[in-house]
Amino acid sequence: MEFFLVTLLNSLSYGLLLFMLSSGLTLIFSMMGVLNFAHASFYMLGAYLAYQTGAYIGFWPALFIAPILVGMLGAITERYGLRTVHKFGHVAELLFTFGLAYVIEEVVHLIWGRAPVDYRVPEALDFTLFTLFTTQYPAYRAFMMLISVGMLISLFLLLTRTRVGMVVQASLTHPDMVESLGHNVPRVFMMVFAGGCALAGLAGVLGGNMFITEPGMAFAVGSIVFVVVVFGGMGSLAGAFVASLIIGSLQTFSVALDFSMLSLLGAVGVSVSEESNWYGLWSITLSQTAPVLPYLLMVLMLIIRPRGLMGTRES
Amino acid sequence: MKPVFHKSRLIFWGAVAIVFLLLPYGFSGGFALSMASQMGIAIIFALSYNMLLGQTGLLSFGHAVYFGLGAFMTAHAINWVGDGRIWWPITFMPLVGGLTGMLFGLVLGFVTTRRAGTPFAMISLGIAEMVAASALMFTTFFGGEGGIATDRTFGGELFGISYGPQIEVFYLIAGWCLVGMIGMFAITQTPLGRMANAVRDNPERAKFVGYNPTRVRWLMMTLAGFFAGMAGSLATINYEIVTAETLGLVASGNVVLMAFIGGIGHFWGPIVGAVFVTYLQSALSTYTQAWLLYFGLLFLIIILFSPGGMANLVTLHKPALRAHLMKRLLPSYALAAATGALMLTGFVALIELLYSHGGGDLVSLFGLEVDTSSTLTWIVPVALFVVGIALFRWALKFVRRAWDEITPQLQASGVV
Amino acid sequence: MSAATETAMASGRVSLSLQDVRKSFGRTEIINGVSLDIANGERHAVIGPNGAGKSTLFNLISGRFHVSSGRIELRGEDITNLEPHVINRKGLSRSFQITNIFPRMTVYENVRCAVLWSLGYKYSFWNRVGGLRDAAQRTDEVVELIGMQERRERLAGVLTYAEQRALEIGVTIATGPDVVLLDEPTAGMSHSETDEAVELIRKVTTGKTLIMVEHDMGVVFDLADRISVLVYGEVIATGTPEQIRGNKAVQEAYLGTEQD
Repeated sequence: MEFFLVTLLNSLSYGLLLFMLSSGLTLIFSMMGVLNFAHASFYMLGAYLAYQTGAYIGFWPALFIAPILVGMLGAITERYGLRTVHKFGHVAELLFTFGLAYVIEEVVHLIWGRAPVDYRVPEALDFTLFTLFTTQYPAYRAFMMLISVGMLISLFLLLTRTRVGMVVQASLTHPDMVESLGHNVPRVFMMVFAGGCALAGLAGVLGGNMFITEPGMAFAVGSIVFVVVVFGGMGSLAGAFVASLIIGSLQTFSVALDFSMLSLLGAVGVSVSEESNWYGLWSITLSQTAPVLPYLLMVLMLIIRPRGLMGTRES
Repeated sequence: MKPVFHKSRLIFWGAVAIVFLLLPYGFSGGFALSMASQMGIAIIFALSYNMLLGQTGLLSFGHAVYFGLGAFMTAHAINWVGDGRIWWPITFMPLVGGLTGMLFGLVLGFVTTRRAGTPFAMISLGIAEMVAASALMFTTFFGGEGGIATDRTFGGELFGISYGPQIEVFYLIAGWCLVGMIGMFAITQTPLGRMANAVRDNPERAKFVGYNPTRVRWLMMTLAGFFAGMAGSLATINYEIVTAETLGLVASGNVVLMAFIGGIGHFWGPIVGAVFVTYLQSALSTYTQAWLLYFGLLFLIIILFSPGGMANLVTLHKPALRAHLMKRLLPSYALAAATGALMLTGFVALIELLYSHGGGDLVSLFGLEVDTSSTLTWIVPVALFVVGIALFRWALKFVRRAWDEITPQLQASGVV
Repeated sequence: MSAATETAMASGRVSLSLQDVRKSFGRTEIINGVSLDIANGERHAVIGPNGAGKSTLFNLISGRFHVSSGRIELRGEDITNLEPHVINRKGLSRSFQITNIFPRMTVYENVRCAVLWSLGYKYSFWNRVGGLRDAAQRTDEVVELIGMQERRERLAGVLTYAEQRALEIGVTIATGPDVVLLDEPTAGMSHSETDEAVELIRKVTTGKTLIMVEHDMGVVFDLADRISVLVYGEVIATGTPEQIRGNKAVQEAYLGTEQD
């Protein structure tokens, strides 16, 4: 019971982090048709920048400044990079963001080296919020969830209740019309891209010290975010939300569960000898297969329902 | 279309074969031979990738899966030959790899080719991750962390060839490279090849002339898997070891770079890219830690300014060459090259300094010893870089002017 | 109307049959129950004001969209909601209002792509396409038919607008269909270009069933055996050009007041 609740809470905080990342990606994709391969790289930059600025001015200012910096980098990328490549088509855009991810990782190597950096949870939040049975639940995780939820609610309100949000929503489906109404659509695109990156950066600020901050983090999270987006349905925020929670739970639970087919068989009284050729296969534990599961899920979804859970848009 | 096709092509491929035959005599030392072998493998791999990207419009981030699976299967097959369990000459092992790659192309391709464009790219990435993660799980086939080792001299000598010496391996690779090139080129001239292009450019229209785009993509994927697996086989024979990295995402990303830098719009573009990138990877990595960064930047620059790759840069000048107007362009090109070199020197110096300054104050830069604690050491590269950029942009104006001058003449002489 | 068509209609040999076809996008009904029978060899024009749903109707017939309800039959065979390439293989081909060809291929290659399937080459990767004599012959025939022999090596993307429209028709008929759907084939053309186009259409659809969406009344009355008038997703009248000209409802809804 304890295990279940704790893992559930962990799934929730991880899932919300995934949603922060996948929502930015989905927004950018819906608006511009561009899949930002470098999205997780901005996540990584958020963590590193928070670490670096935090070292000078402390965690709390960094919490605001780092995402803004990342957003600015995103704006520059869109203005000078994506806009140039846009005329060559979607494949070229995707390749550009792919190359960008490559380069960002190398730049991070250059500046901060290849080893993980000591980006720590701030002291103010480094305590146990409550104790569930025997497990101590860290306050930082709760803080993460709080910020995630707050951010997402503000995003929702921004999109649906403000004028800017309406322009953005209109540009999602009818960019030409919006432009002929006098709005600066390229600027809107740039803002949305920057906003999506800033969101990713914020996720990095939060997640970087909970999980590890190292150059490989972009890669690790990036592929999962893609799975979330494909699984939930490209272009659907609701789908991304549901998928984030599902995949987040899947990953969190499977990593923690240590039983294998062997143990299951054992429970029903069947045993497999160690000499048997199949022993290797049967003894694989769930936690060992954990890395594969999200992708397996994605493949299954593609076979059964190619447009994802709530997919609306073909690329 | 042109009956002359056959004769001129025969001469062409014959010439290629002769070049391959004579290549080792131009080398001094084993290192060049090794690199040439590497290039041969890379060429087949990059060409097989372009069947997907350049010809069918499928951007795959997981092509190394077929390369790697072919490599693993071959390693096992060779070991079985060594155990005496089966008999199969090493010379034909690439067929084993090819068939493996084809099989997986068929199976995995069925799932992946149901979508195209951006979803396909993501799905290919997911599949690649899945296979890479599985590689660490299924240790009997994949050998875990250490991979699978093999010995290419298993099976003894056949007609005096044991594949012990590198030169024999080189000729094996060269031979299969030729076969691969001819095969893949031939496919571009078939109904499937043409319809792949059609599907790439206008899948809607392709449907309305009776073709199922998904089926076309699936078939191209299967065939591309064949050649990728063949390349993987040769890699196994060459290196005598296969690890999870062979089918990993870095390898997949690498082939994207190779094909794209070379130029995906022409059949021979990836060949150029494979040779170029392989060379740079070997050469650069001995000189600098930052070579991956340079690669990434090169890739970005090509996407931004010449998405047709190096091949496109070459074909861009064909009309000028034919009209004998190249000499009008050369002066401005020389100027741009000089100023560009200035800019590049400053940039590279800066990067190198940044990379090595963690290791103490005195560092070696271009063979010179410099003191990183001194401000001058930093100012010089930055100045070079900034001035270089300004000069380069000024030089580009001359290039543009030269082109503006010759374009009317090109049009008039009818080559454009 | 040709005698053959009259006979076909009289004897009830129907090429294409639409039975109470409906299509809604969300809550908006675009096609409101269209029923139509088109006889073998007939030349049938569909006219109507903008937004009436003419292109949507074509998209439904050719399989590009799925119907919300209703049935579509080709020579008595149910083709409702089948995939476009399947329908095409059964002998129905369509052109597009906005030119939809392969811009990076030459005129010749464009047409050749269209003949490959019907000649049975399917997904072959072992035949050299340049050496296929029947494909070459068929392609040459079509290229000559559309009058593009001199321009056959030109890249489709750099053709003039009228040439592209001609190529569009060429690619459409190169698949060897019995039923041809042409979506506004003369859109954007000058008078002389239109006249040429009409002659081309007449030539290439001899012996075939033609359904055509058109706005140019001159073309319609020139080519069509029968006309259907589509207004707000419903057919308000079907008949010969004379019958349509005299139909009060049509005059009100579409042609306006007295016009000749």
